[in-house]
Amino acid sequence: MEVGAVFQAAFALVVGLDPDFLGIVGLSLRVTLTAVAVAALVGLPLGAALALARFPGRSAIIVCLNALMGLPPVVAGLAVFLMLSRSGPLGPLGLLFTPTAMIIAQVILVLPIVIALTRQVIEDLWGEYRDHLRSVGLEGMRAIPTLLFDGRFSLATALLAGFGRASAEVGAVLIVGGNIAGYTRTMTTAITLETSKGDLPLALGLGIVLLSLTLAINAVAFGASRIGARYAG
Amino acid sequence: MSLIQRRSLIAASLFLGLSGHALAQAPAAAPPAATAPAGTRFITVASTTSTQDSGLFGHILPIFKDKTGIEVRVISQGTGQALDTARRGDADVVFVHAKAQELKFVEEGFSTERRPVMYNDFVLIGPKSDPAGVAGTTDIVAALKKIQEKGAPFVSRGDKSGTHAAELNLWKAAGIDIAAQKGPWYREIGQGMGAALNTSGAMGAYVLSDRATWISFKNRGDLVISVEGDKRLFNQYGVMSVSLAKHPHVKFNDGKLFADWLTSPEGQKAIADYKIDGQQLFFPNAGQAGA
Repeated sequence: MEVGAVFQAAFALVVGLDPDFLGIVGLSLRVTLTAVAVAALVGLPLGAALALARFPGRSAIIVCLNALMGLPPVVAGLAVFLMLSRSGPLGPLGLLFTPTAMIIAQVILVLPIVIALTRQVIEDLWGEYRDHLRSVGLEGMRAIPTLLFDGRFSLATALLAGFGRASAEVGAVLIVGGNIAGYTRTMTTAITLETSKGDLPLALGLGIVLLSLTLAINAVAFGASRIGARYAG
Repeated sequence: MSLIQRRSLIAASLFLGLSGHALAQAPAAAPPAATAPAGTRFITVASTTSTQDSGLFGHILPIFKDKTGIEVRVISQGTGQALDTARRGDADVVFVHAKAQELKFVEEGFSTERRPVMYNDFVLIGPKSDPAGVAGTTDIVAALKKIQEKGAPFVSRGDKSGTHAAELNLWKAAGIDIAAQKGPWYREIGQGMGAALNTSGAMGAYVLSDRATWISFKNRGDLVISVEGDKRLFNQYGVMSVSLAKHPHVKFNDGKLFADWLTSPEGQKAIADYKIDGQQLFFPNAGQAGA
């Protein structure tokens, strides 16, 4: 296989603006970004609360969350599959083989990363600014909004780590989405399919497009945080 | 809401907006189903990797949709897995190729009827160097015996697919108890047809493939057809709509409509019309008794 053919395939995909291809890219972004947004809405406050709260069993929870950052996607996918299958407890919802099922699986993969990293960031910040925050009357859970705001740049990196995990994985979305053409086919499942069809240049070309998208999103996030830093101080 | 959250939401909506915009500008082909409104009329079909990887569905499903307005969502798995998906109630129709397993599915009450649709044949694929010396022969059983005697590398799907079932039957026909007699030369990879071909190419191994996947396969490298044309390499596909008795939620009527269409003169013609480089991949035989 020639390197030229790979870049040619990637180039043809981008320039051709084939509706099927755009659908695949759009679905990948929709699933991954929704999963990261949900994980952020739930995980940031939870992680911060875990950083500040003191209760029995807290250490065990922290260790578990840190370990869950290594949850194999295919295991998460299988668990969601068994829950959503018509023979499973949530079967009547009819969610298996839909984009919603893929979002659920990815939230499960991203959430531990967001919670665990948020917990670490906020705990460090709290250690640093505890006296100051207490002096202005912010104690306990009331300090969370301030701490989240002060830690926003580190937390953005946590969200990007979550995004990276979600956009790169194939095991979970393949099992719960079914790789249905035009409906649940994402960039990564399309790469898997093209590899199995032996069209390696197209598969790698898709990989280059996926990498470029990830790069673009990281660049946007980095630029935004730079601009934010300039104005917010 | 923190700034971060706001920012990520803005970024999310921005990207969604962008992709939506790009889609809106796309040529007026059928809109991608991902953005189709809820309530789209669709059925879920569990089928095999060969029908998907060969491109057959890409050819016949748009014809069916134009006629009926029903979108067919295909989950492509090995035959055994596809039947299990339907057993769990996660598919409305199964379209697979292992008659014994299909008849068992009907016997268990998951479907009321199995109908033959089309056939093609299996071919034994192997490296040009032909370490077992079977190239160009037409007796698949003799070829397998030679491969086993010489310990030439052989890749097995090992995934309970229709092709895997066919391979196991052929070993049995050769009088070889593969479970007991397999050595390091026999490699079970537990993956689909395309992956098995990729692996064989990389290892210089023999592999049993359906002809459709082989014809459409693009990464052949040193692989060629070693054995073909044996009656025992026949490969029949059948369709079954999942019965309401086991799973009251299945879309029985629309599923049956699809099975009816596949076996109708129009569906049969659509199957016969699918060609790659002038080669027909599947041969319709819905009317054939005993198929």
